[in-house]
Amino acid sequence: MITYEKLVQMSLEQRAILEERLLKEDKIEIKDGFIVLKGDYYKEQIRIALKNCGIIDPGNIEEYIALDGYKSLARALIEETPIKIIEQISESNLRGRGGAGFPTGRKWNEAYKTLSDQKYFICNADEGDPGAFMDRSILENDPHSVLEGMAIGGYAIGSNQGYIYVRAEYPMAVKKLRIAIKQAKEYGLLGDNILGTGFNFDIELRLGSGAFVCGEGTALIESIEGKRGMPRNKKARTSHKGLYQQPTILNNVETIACVPVILQRGTEWFKNIGTEKSTGTKVFALVGKVEKAGLVEVPMGMPLRNIINDIGGGVQDGKALKAVQTGGPSGGCIPVSLMDTPVDFESLDKIGSIIGSGGMVVMDENTCMVDIARFFLEFTVDESCGKCTPCRVGNKRMLEILTMITNGTAELHHIEDLKEIAEVIAETSLCGLGQTAPNPVLSTLNYFYDEYLTHVKDKKCPAGVCQALITYSIDEKCIGCTKCVKVCPTSCISGNKKEQHEIDQNLCVVCGACFEICPVSAIRKG
Amino acid sequence: MDFKFDIEKNMEKVRCLETFIEKNRQVPGVLIPVLQEAQGLFGYLAREVMEIIARGLDVPVSKVFGVATYYTQFTFMPKGENDISICLGTACYVKGAQEILEEVQNILGIKDGETTPDLKFSITSTRCVGDCSLAPVVLVNDDIYPNVNKKEVKDIIAKYKVEVECYDHL
Amino acid sequence: MIKLTINDKEVSVPEGSTILDAAKQLKIKIPTLCHMSLYDIQFFNQSASCRVCVVEQEGRNNLLPACATPVSEGMKIRTDTKKAIRARRTIVELLLSDHPNDCLICAKNGDCELQKIAADLGIREIKYPGEIATFPTDNSSKSIVRNMTKCILCKRCETMCSSIQTVDVLTEIGRGFDTVMGAAFNLPMDETTCTFCGQCLAVCPTGALSEVNNVSKVWDAINSDKVVIVQTAPAVRVALGEEFGMEVGSLVTGKMVGALRRIGFDRVFDTDFAADLTIIEEASELIHRIQHGGKLPMLTSCCPAWVKFFEHQFSDMLDIPSSCKSPHEMFGALSKTYFAEKMGLKAEDIIVVSVMPCVAKKYEAARPELSEGSSSDVDIVITTRELALMIKEASIDFENLDDKEFDNPLGESTGASVIFGATGGVIEATLRTAYEFLTGKTLENVEFSSLRGMQGIKEATIDINGMSINIAVSHGLGNARHLLEKIRSGKANYHAIEIMACPGGCIGGAGQPFHHGDLSILDKRMNGLYKEDRGKTLRKSHENPMIKKLYDEFLGEPYGEKAHELLHTTYVARKKI
Ligand SMILES: Cc1cc2nc3c(=O)[nH]c(=O)nc-3n(C[C@H](O)[C@H](O)[C@H](O)COP(=O)(O)O)c2cc1C
Ligand code: SF4
Ligand code: SF4
Ligand code: SF4
Ligand code: SF4
Ligand code: SF4
Ligand code: SF4
Ligand code: SF4
Ligand code: SF4
Ligand code: FES
Ligand code: FES
Ligand code: FES
Repeated sequence: MITYEKLVQMSLEQRAILEERLLKEDKIEIKDGFIVLKGDYYKEQIRIALKNCGIIDPGNIEEYIALDGYKSLARALIEETPIKIIEQISESNLRGRGGAGFPTGRKWNEAYKTLSDQKYFICNADEGDPGAFMDRSILENDPHSVLEGMAIGGYAIGSNQGYIYVRAEYPMAVKKLRIAIKQAKEYGLLGDNILGTGFNFDIELRLGSGAFVCGEGTALIESIEGKRGMPRNKKARTSHKGLYQQPTILNNVETIACVPVILQRGTEWFKNIGTEKSTGTKVFALVGKVEKAGLVEVPMGMPLRNIINDIGGGVQDGKALKAVQTGGPSGGCIPVSLMDTPVDFESLDKIGSIIGSGGMVVMDENTCMVDIARFFLEFTVDESCGKCTPCRVGNKRMLEILTMITNGTAELHHIEDLKEIAEVIAETSLCGLGQTAPNPVLSTLNYFYDEYLTHVKDKKCPAGVCQALITYSIDEKCIGCTKCVKVCPTSCISGNKKEQHEIDQNLCVVCGACFEICPVSAIRKG
Repeated sequence: MDFKFDIEKNMEKVRCLETFIEKNRQVPGVLIPVLQEAQGLFGYLAREVMEIIARGLDVPVSKVFGVATYYTQFTFMPKGENDISICLGTACYVKGAQEILEEVQNILGIKDGETTPDLKFSITSTRCVGDCSLAPVVLVNDDIYPNVNKKEVKDIIAKYKVEVECYDHL
Repeated sequence: MIKLTINDKEVSVPEGSTILDAAKQLKIKIPTLCHMSLYDIQFFNQSASCRVCVVEQEGRNNLLPACATPVSEGMKIRTDTKKAIRARRTIVELLLSDHPNDCLICAKNGDCELQKIAADLGIREIKYPGEIATFPTDNSSKSIVRNMTKCILCKRCETMCSSIQTVDVLTEIGRGFDTVMGAAFNLPMDETTCTFCGQCLAVCPTGALSEVNNVSKVWDAINSDKVVIVQTAPAVRVALGEEFGMEVGSLVTGKMVGALRRIGFDRVFDTDFAADLTIIEEASELIHRIQHGGKLPMLTSCCPAWVKFFEHQFSDMLDIPSSCKSPHEMFGALSKTYFAEKMGLKAEDIIVVSVMPCVAKKYEAARPELSEGSSSDVDIVITTRELALMIKEASIDFENLDDKEFDNPLGESTGASVIFGATGGVIEATLRTAYEFLTGKTLENVEFSSLRGMQGIKEATIDINGMSINIAVSHGLGNARHLLEKIRSGKANYHAIEIMACPGGCIGGAGQPFHHGDLSILDKRMNGLYKEDRGKTLRKSHENPMIKKLYDEFLGEPYGEKAHELLHTTYVARKKI
């Protein structure tokens, strides 16, 4: 079994070996004694949760140890009392990265204070937001940081059993975690009598089975208990009564990955990053119509515009930015006029969106905001567990109304209906899924009301997305090459060779094949 | 359609499952891992398999079924060796995809979303597969058949039947 | 105690109470739909899923479900804000948008909690029409109709079936908008382990679960040229009045008989007569088992749901229940033999209709063991509620009917048979007779108070001739399972056990007027039965002169050969899952 001294010694030895390898690969530079990735993309980023990602070999525990891995755990176990750890986490003002932003220290303290023979520490790795993959990246590239954070949390609250609930669609993450757990056990950094301190902490993996709502804490707990993963009506906090009715802490992967770093580098250092109320950094999955898509970790409070332009390189193909959607299906659409909004818990909340798990979808002028709302609602309806009326029926009705709007069959009162249902769903749903499901609708209604009106009143989709509201027509640019005639499935394009062609609107099924093939962009969509 | 699960033919896998249950039945909340194991072993959850699980873990079979139908990971019908997907997107639809779907159903004697009892074929209708200019489109596994007409359907299916038979002779 | 205010009124309630509890104390009405708590039988449905009970808490954005939110010190709750009222209304509108709304032809018309809420909110349009989650109706069983298109997913039935009855037939299937309450593999009810106790439908707030309605079959029978005999179970007479707005617990035996005559039955008999007969047979069987070293304990067998339960769940112990048929089946068998003989009729010329508090008896009547050749002992079973419907259909002014007497010879009964309808009653009646059979002495105090009441499992040791007889009584199948498991593991030392599937016994049967969550109704019905018993001069079954005559004229010895042929039955082992 490894001791603290041996751990420190191993760290020194391995650090040298690692540095040598990395310098040879020419991926990194050393800044203030820390190894960081090179390149413009990383310049504006501060990497805490992702600090080892792309640097160490996740399958090799020694490389993790090389970068001070497991030192925080060792020091916690040897030098600190549980309450001291909790104080430091509280002091750092670390807030949950899983969506709600709840202060981690305060939560831990609740579980710590609740006396029980058995407590549980769960890592929420269910990451179900479409388009979000930050947790996956941490699990696949730096699994030990999660294991170490969990062990520290377990020690702090007085738990010796951890679970990682990871989605089955992440087979690589599962594999990496299995290896990491095995290695940590071999080194005596997990399991019985960790580092000879008498502290035991074991971790069991549980695989999610395809239900987004199982990311919600109580649903996840039901699922670990072997039931239908439906949220509980919370009568008590999970930190008092959670898994098997015992005190339970549930933290997101990214939250947990921050813990060892905070203990290592100190709460002051952490608090100096980010804003006063939202300290530290946040990882975002920057995707959509952006030049350089990928994971970015930035200090809280960085304006949206900077993230998109300075790190993401702006909108793709020189198109105009229209909106940014943050927070996935629970989040909202932020219009271009609010691009200077700093990205932190409070500021986003104020404008009707959320940080959520960190999805950040860039949308350009060719995006239809009604269609986007409909798209997210489709997801919500698919994923609603069906327990409570507002979410089960309400979201279905919203989807039906949105579908009517996008296919041109809605009337004006439907917009009002939509708003009313949305508000009631938000106010009355049992769990976070329902409570936040209307956000995409409410935020687009708020910022893009005109677009709804155009759909309903003029039966037009300004962005040219909603199939039923689109027509294709051929303008004078046509050179009569007949390419479109050949691809049209309904043979509705006619015209003489080398003359302008024409589309019979009655037969056109708006499949868009002609639009795609025309060599001179003579076919107009709108 | 009712699909008959052949316990005799699957005896080895059933034993595997039973061993897994035996080894883990004490683990709290093990129902879902057991279902995952079964889904992995058989490719789907037959009624008989869920009954084995219910007995093995001593939980009501209704609960096993309730849990299994909650999660999308679990399926209740085996997919065939050859999955025939028919595009019912707009372009294909107007070019007679519905007729083609009906023809496939007639030939195989099963409905959309089902699998033949010999496990050779299943039918899955899809929305646009992105080849509208070739409508109507039929996909068999990864093979694309463009501009399909009703008369060709038989030949397309026959191709896969023959292949399987040849294989049997080897 | 926790102090809080609701609509500015202050109230103190014990810790752990819900906002709904506190509101009740203040007589502030909060509508509920999914919520149901029956403290007496430990039934708590707190799924908090319908959300119609939402209220506003000062300083909070989201509304709270009153039924499932525990109170906290200093809470300020309002039930009457614009926001709360709008939410309640919208939620009911959403429920109705996913509902067939065919109240006029619904089994629950006039007695439906969803309908009532919609009426109270004055809803006049389906504001958000859309797709309705539609499911085929399950008519497979003889007892229960499942029309899941009307289900609001309140989970009451599942909680009842799983937590109280421990039969675990029902579960939610699938998820989201298409979730449906059903059995494993979507099996029809008659292919499941369902006991047909019907307790699920007794707590269902809507018409999603209802009894199989046999009213038109009865009218057809009455209009045929056959002789139609009707018999009424003990528990019917203390509940039927409720359907006509009479006080809960009223005994309406005489009016009921009058109504049955008016409806046109050829003979109006009393199942109580057969209950007395059951006692003679059951007491004799118990004595036989005790004296001949037979299998003990002996379990009562007059509840068909309980019978089906042990056939599925305890098929290794089929030799412990009494082989006695249930009273109405004994009655049916006698009608088609003894009575037929007396009247010079053939069995086929007679139709026996049972009016029961029970839906399981509909299924029971069709059991093949309970028929002679092609003729079932009992032909048609209707419930208390169905009888009320017939009375209404015939526009009989029930409340103002004169009291009438049952016909003879199968109409006479003792107090012992009346208490059959309440939990503990069967065993109490058996004891009254067994005591006198065994000791030859007169039992002075006939009331065994330790066997009465709503406690889930009751136990008593009774001294008979220096011998200690250990008795247990349970109602609700979960309690029964508990006892059975004790017996199976050899930890129990009982001589006789009475088991009834329904909480409270037959007075709480699924065919009775709905209690809508108010269990004090069962207490009142129970008291009604005990009152009737006390008012009878004859309170022991073996004192019934008609019973004596029956044995003399027809049956011979109690527990004898002929009695076995007509009054006893057999059980079959059934699948456990
Ligand atoms: C519908 C729904 C899905 C969620 N999915 C996730 C998820 O995939 N991962 C996650 O960490 N938290 C998710 N959450 C948030 C969790 O409920 C919980 O707040 C979080 O895991 C707590 O950890 P934290 O305090 O570290 O953020 C979800 C919440 C809801 C309502
Ligand atoms: S809000 Fe939606 S997901 Fe959450 S409990 Fe209600 S129905 Fe289930
Ligand atoms: S959109 Fe499709 S159907 Fe319409 S004209 Fe072009 S190719 Fe033909
Ligand atoms: S493809 Fe374009 S240029 Fe060619 S005929 Fe069609 S519209 Fe004209
Ligand atoms: S269940 Fe109730 S609301 Fe629904 S149709 Fe029947 S009576 Fe009407
Ligand atoms: S309540 Fe209305 S719908 Fe019903 S019967 Fe009367 S008039 Fe007709
Ligand atoms: S009748 Fe009884 S056993 Fe059958 S489903 Fe209903 S509650 Fe369960
Ligand atoms: S069937 Fe009735 S009791 Fe059961 S969930 Fe549906 S509405 Fe509720
Ligand atoms: S207790 Fe009575 S009403 Fe209930 S199922 Fe048994 S016999 Fe029927
Ligand atoms: S509609 Fe069939 S491929 Fe597009
Ligand atoms: S009655 Fe409270 S949520 Fe249904
Ligand atoms: S109905 Fe006859 S004893 Fe209950």
